[in-house]
Parts: sequence; C-alpha cells; structure tokens
Amino acid sequence: MPILEFQNVSKIYNGSTRALSEVSFSINEGEFVSIIGPSGSGKSTILRCINRLVDASQGVIRFDGHDILKANKNELRTIRTKTGMIFQHYNLVERLSVIENVLHGRLGHKSTLGGMLGIYSEEEKENAFAILAKLGLTEQAYKRCDELSGGQKQRVGIARSIMQSPRLILCDEPIASLDPSSSKVIMDHLANINDTMKITCVVNLHQVDVVMKYSKRIIGITSGHIVYDGPPEKLTKEKIYEIYQSNEGDLITDVG
Amino acid sequence: MENNKKLKENISIFTKRKQTFTLAFLGVIVLFGLASFITNFNVIEGFESIPKAVVWIATNLVPNEKSWSRLPNILSKLIETALLSVAVTVCAGICAFFFSLLGTRATRINPWIGRIVRFIAAFFRNVPDVVWAMLLLFSFGQNILTGFFALFFTTFGMLTRTFIETIDEVSSQCVEALTATGSNYIQTVFQGIVPSAMSEIVTWVLFMIETNIRSSTLIGVLTATGIGYIFDLYYKRLDYGAASLVVISIVVLVIGIELISNQIRKVIM
Repeated sequence: MPILEFQNVSKIYNGSTRALSEVSFSINEGEFVSIIGPSGSGKSTILRCINRLVDASQGVIRFDGHDILKANKNELRTIRTKTGMIFQHYNLVERLSVIENVLHGRLGHKSTLGGMLGIYSEEEKENAFAILAKLGLTEQAYKRCDELSGGQKQRVGIARSIMQSPRLILCDEPIASLDPSSSKVIMDHLANINDTMKITCVVNLHQVDVVMKYSKRIIGITSGHIVYDGPPEKLTKEKIYEIYQSNEGDLITDVG
Repeated sequence: MENNKKLKENISIFTKRKQTFTLAFLGVIVLFGLASFITNFNVIEGFESIPKAVVWIATNLVPNEKSWSRLPNILSKLIETALLSVAVTVCAGICAFFFSLLGTRATRINPWIGRIVRFIAAFFRNVPDVVWAMLLLFSFGQNILTGFFALFFTTFGMLTRTFIETIDEVSSQCVEALTATGSNYIQTVFQGIVPSAMSEIVTWVLFMIETNIRSSTLIGVLTATGIGYIFDLYYKRLDYGAASLVVISIVVLVIGIELISNQIRKVIM
C-alpha cells in the first residue's frame, strides 16, 4: 500500500512555464527516496505539491488516503501535520529560542487561540526536550536560533518536523548550505529517523555521492520529466549524465 | 576587428555618462535661475541676512524673569503634546500592523488586495500631515481631534508601508515553514511574524513617535492646541522670552525622547 502516489501530475507556473509534466510515481511506507536533477528541473515543485505549498495544475496526488488536490481547508491542515518539511535555509523563527521553534511543530494540532499564544502541554514540552536530546541539542535548548551554527539550525529544523509526529518528511536540499561534516550529521539523523521511527523520507539532493550512499531508491528528474526511478546500484554513469544533461567530464563528480 | 569594436563601445559608455551628468547639472542651474527670477530671490541677500537673524535671536529670544513664571503652563502643554504623539503613533502602529498583513507577499490573501493596500498606504503617506490638518479643520474645527487624526493618517500610511517591507524581508521563510507544519493563518502571524519582525516594528514606532512630536508642534499652531498653540500665542503677544522658552523646551524634549528610544533600541536588538 503506497503512502504517496503521483498520477500524471503537471504544474504550469503563470500559465506558461512548465515545471512538471505528467509525473507519476508511488512511494511505499518507510522508504528513503532521493530526488536528483539539475536546478530548476522541478525537484522543489514535487515536494511542495505534496503539502500544497504549491498547487499542482493537473493530475492526482494521493497521500495516506487523502486526495490532496481536493482537500478542503481542514483536511489540508491535517495533511500538513502529517508531513514534516526541512528546508535548505532552515526557515526557523530566528529570534525565538530553540525549544520554541521545536514546539512550533505542534501548531497544526492546536486550537487557534492555544497556538497563537503558544500554550503547550507538559507532555508536549517533555516530548520536545526528548527530541532535542536525541539530536544532541539539549545544551542549546534555551539559546536563540540566530546564535546557532548552520548544522545546529538544521537539526532544529529536523526536531520541529519530528515534533509533528509525521508519516512523511520532505527535505528540500537539507545539506546544500552545510559543510561536509555537518552534512554527514544531518544525513545520519535522517537515515536514523527513517530506520527507527519508520517515517518515510523524500529528499531533494544535489550531491550524487551522498544520494548513492544513503538512499534505497533514486528518482532522477530532468526538465519536469522523470528519467530514472530505481535503486542506486542501477544508476549508471550514463544515466547520471542524462539526468544532468551534460557530457562526460563536465560534472564536479568527474574531478579526481 | 570584432574586439576593437567592442572596446570602442565600452569607452563610449563613459563618454555618454559624462554627457548625461553635464546636461543634468546645466539643467539644475537653469531651473534655479528661473525660480529665483520669478520669486525675486537673491542668494547673496539671503546669506547676508543670516548674521542679522542670529543677533536678533540672541538679543530678543532669551527667557527672562517673567517668562520663567510661565514654565508650568508650558510644561503641561508640552507633556500633552508628547503624550498625544505617543498615543497617535501606537494606535496607528497597531492598525498599520494588521493592515500591512494584507499587503505583504507572504501573508496577503490575494495579489489584488495587496496592491490596493499598498495604494491606500501610499495615499495616506503622501498627503502631508499639515494638509490633513487643514482638511480636517473643516470637519472637526480647532480641536485636539483634528491634530490626532492628521498625525494618525500620515503615521498609518508610513508605518503600513515600512511594516510591509519589514515583514517581507524578515519572515517570508518562516511563514513558509509554519504553513508547512499545518499552522493556520493567525497562528503563523503570532508565532512567526510577530517574533521575527517585532524589534524592527518597535524601532519604526519609536522613530515615528519622534517625528510626530516634531510635527505635532506645527500642527498645534493650525489646530490651536498643545505646545504649538502657546508658542503662537506668546509670539503674537510679542512675549519673545516665553516663546523662546517654548522652543528650548521642545528641543530638550526631542533630544530626551531620542536618547530614551536609542536605549530601548539597544535593549531589544
């Protein structure tokens, strides 16, 4: 039973720019899927169509039994609570403390007034601290987010998304602004979440070597079309050149 | 051959820029000459009269024994004016915050409403507060309400515009993230936008309080209220000592407010 299903999904921006054309794939519960492709090929659009930060123009998207494109306001809110999202630029409220940012993951479950005033139950607070401990951020809990390093900020982003108790986590280039060591920490945490908590992960990535190492399945996308969908072992060099529409020797992975 | 042509084009850009500057400079000179001719303004005479003015101020505009007795009255008007400015700015600030949410890219309901909001803000801002005061004199007469609304309108327009820019700058990313967690509009505003934009918002409100204290002095002359009115009164009675005491007290107040708001800014940043 797939948790997420795309059937002939297209997205056209401003009536002319075609970001996705007739994209179809399905993802089973517990999978760790990476999406690769050149900048502007539609990777971000795919992720944003799932939680409707972007509305797809045509096709059907099913997530956990919901028809996403037909969901009304309340259903959409439920769908969003079930899908965590992690961003390249972390997208935290920088002036608030780490723990407050983690608790933001509960907003979708709360009443308007409770969420507006930031009233959280003891249980939620304990849960937030437990998640921070798991991600090694206990000491940072009361620091303001603008005092943190990039890697720490991204871990706060992960904590916020786990706090939602999601079925699916969407990661939009989670390590694109991080150094190699923080990148490894973040990818390890994501792999661990996928492994122990059985949360499905869909990750947009630029680093082909990272993709090969962490994912069990890779989707390659070029100008809005899926050109590869399969395990990392079958992703040949030729296929990679096709995805990035370049010739041998033109990719950074070819150096050295 | 091809290269040579490009090089020549590049050089001609500099020549063009020089020509534009020269033309603009000449244009300004001509405008100045024309305007001076029409208004019978003489630059040299204007500058010559400055020393005379300074001497007049130094001899006439000095508080004397009698004017010090008017100090309690002046101070009470001064405090009234300052409090009015604070009240106006805070009211306008709160209204402007909620209004600006309809104008930002991150939180507007649709692009058309956003455009309308920006237009309304521009209108209120671009009509000077003195003109608002003149207009409102017809409906409210010489009343403290006239001054209140005149300042309210310009402050509202100005703050709406700056809040829209501030919110777009500091909170579009966290709005996206909070929306993705399933947070609704009001929750996103209070948990995302308010904390991330608050310090800038407070800075702008403080700035507008300072500006409004200055403007309210002038508007008071028109609406016959507050510190502006008693200055007008003393001046026309030729009680220059008391009038100068008013001026000095305004200067002290403005500097005082400036110092206080600098301190507040340091704390909240």
